[in-house]
Amino acid sequence: MAAPLLEVENLQVHFETEDGLVKAVDGISYTVDRGQTLGIVGESGSGKSVSSLTVMGLTRARNARITGTVRFDGKDLLGTSEEDMRQIRGNDIAMIFQDPLSSLHPFYKVGAQIAEGVQAHRDVSKAQAWDRAVEMLSLVGIPEPRKRADAYPHEFSGGMRQRAMIAMALANDPKLLIADEPTTALDVTVQAQILELIERLQSEFDTAVVVITHDLGVVAEMADEIAVMYAGRIVEKANTDTIFAAPEHPYTWGLLSSIPRLDAPRDEELVPIAGRPPSLINLPGGCSFHPRCPYVREAHTKVDPELKPVPGAPGHEVACLLDSSVRRKLWSELRSGVKPAEARSDVMEEAR
Amino acid sequence: MAAYIARRLLWAGFLLFVISCITFVIFSVLPAGDPAVARAGRSPSPELVEIIRVQLGLDKSKPEQFVNYIADILPFLGGNGINFGFSYQTNTDVLPEILERLPVTIFLTTGAVILWLAIGIPVGMLSAVKTGSWMDRLAMGVALLFISAPVYFLGLVAIFLFADDIGRFPILPGNSAYGDADSLLGRAEALIMPWCVLAAAFAAIYARFLRGNLIDTLQEDYIRTARAKGLSERRVVFRHGVRAAITPIVTLLGLDIGILLGGAILTETVFNIPGIGRYAFNAINLSDLPVIQGTVLFGAFFIVMMSLLVDILYAFIDPRVRY
Repeated sequence: MAAPLLEVENLQVHFETEDGLVKAVDGISYTVDRGQTLGIVGESGSGKSVSSLTVMGLTRARNARITGTVRFDGKDLLGTSEEDMRQIRGNDIAMIFQDPLSSLHPFYKVGAQIAEGVQAHRDVSKAQAWDRAVEMLSLVGIPEPRKRADAYPHEFSGGMRQRAMIAMALANDPKLLIADEPTTALDVTVQAQILELIERLQSEFDTAVVVITHDLGVVAEMADEIAVMYAGRIVEKANTDTIFAAPEHPYTWGLLSSIPRLDAPRDEELVPIAGRPPSLINLPGGCSFHPRCPYVREAHTKVDPELKPVPGAPGHEVACLLDSSVRRKLWSELRSGVKPAEARSDVMEEAR
Repeated sequence: MAAYIARRLLWAGFLLFVISCITFVIFSVLPAGDPAVARAGRSPSPELVEIIRVQLGLDKSKPEQFVNYIADILPFLGGNGINFGFSYQTNTDVLPEILERLPVTIFLTTGAVILWLAIGIPVGMLSAVKTGSWMDRLAMGVALLFISAPVYFLGLVAIFLFADDIGRFPILPGNSAYGDADSLLGRAEALIMPWCVLAAAFAAIYARFLRGNLIDTLQEDYIRTARAKGLSERRVVFRHGVRAAITPIVTLLGLDIGILLGGAILTETVFNIPGIGRYAFNAINLSDLPVIQGTVLFGAFFIVMMSLLVDILYAFIDPRVRY
């Protein structure tokens, strides 16, 4: 098998602040193959955005300490010069962001902003770049693209703006598209359209995609593989079906039970994950999820769990100190409708 | 747009009327020297002062004075051919006196504006891009100094150090050089020091303002987008950052030009430049109401017009603004 397109290995992004060392990303590893989609899921502050901005070389804060390796297409990105990195950005790796209004420059026409990206990487005339911009706008489903290219971002609707962002990102036919919360700022009705669009263009352009989201629903349809992040680490990684059918990390369970389900009774309450994400300066000792975990045991507050393969499930990795058999039992109880706290009692008995 | 401008002009007319009312009230209510006494010369007899008072119309009731005063600004109402009244002190029409001094004030303002933009903008941009560097700290330190030092202090220091009639290092013309100069070049030379002194504080303010704005702008999402597109850092900062950060400077600049065209009172006084500012300063000293009124209105007129101009300009520089 060919080498993966993107290979992130033990990536750490720490920020030195007056209050202490912020471990925004604390040793994560993942790979993305050509044409594949990876979903990175986590709450705000879990490090998902920082890790992908770092891949783009856009973690510019002077107090950032970055270690690990990021290999893209065989090239080590963290050791690359700023000029080489500039040539990769927008050309080989493109990115779209959460809020398309603030992500587009208010003073420039949409067509000009797309054309500018084309001209930054291709030796083409202004007119050719503009034509490419119009072509891309048409490709992302903007009606009357030649006319709309001449409009300013504030004259677009939210969904149209995100389409324009996608047009801009894909204008140079990148090998990898990083979509950072691409639908979070959009109306629910528009969200599905944008996701569909990304999927369609992905197969057309054969682009690999990394989707970053706090919403498992977003990645359920489009991702081949999902990595769940918590407090700067990946706590569970598996293919999408496994994440939804046989998740093994209590945090993933929490994420899943906080999604409303069509097949659940109407009066059933959603189960939120108790507590708040930890401070990234003073991470709790042991497993960093332990203060919020209903199944915590004494040892969990001291031992730091590593991301380990789940026995008998290739490609499925989880960082949890519970025994795999215990986890499976808990999950099957949760799935049958038992509340987390009740599921806890008998299993904890057994685990002791 | 035309309707908007018409509305603004009507509003400007009303505003100028209110300003002249306020000027009159301030002059009448607050203690000031008696214009008649000032006119009468050294140790005048009470009779003479009284005659002058009648001549100037100061014996009439305040409301009557006010009507005369307003009528002088609106010659078509007063119908006596007087423009802006006549000076209590020199008996000359105020408007021609102001117009005669206007070119000097325009000259002083233009030079200073060019100077402070040429210094303030590059310094502000460099400071923003190199935040925290020794260059940034030095520039902002100097800027703070210039902002804190009033023109009359800075001006006197400059004269003391550099003017050839007083200074320790006489390399520049003296503080009355403008009146003595007889060619354009000579006048420009005479204004070098006033230009620098006037521009110093403004350059400092603009540098700090642009620095702050640009630092904020460079945190914007669209700057991240520009970087993500793979644009060069130079293009990101200038085409995307500065373009957005410099826009509010237009507002600042418009108002500052308006204020200075109404007379750079301190600079003109310190350097003895015969512009509107010095005219106003002398009038205030002599309680010469018509001149004070004329110069105040003139200044207000420039400020109102410049702010209208700025708002119109905005429609062209910010595509989100439409009238």
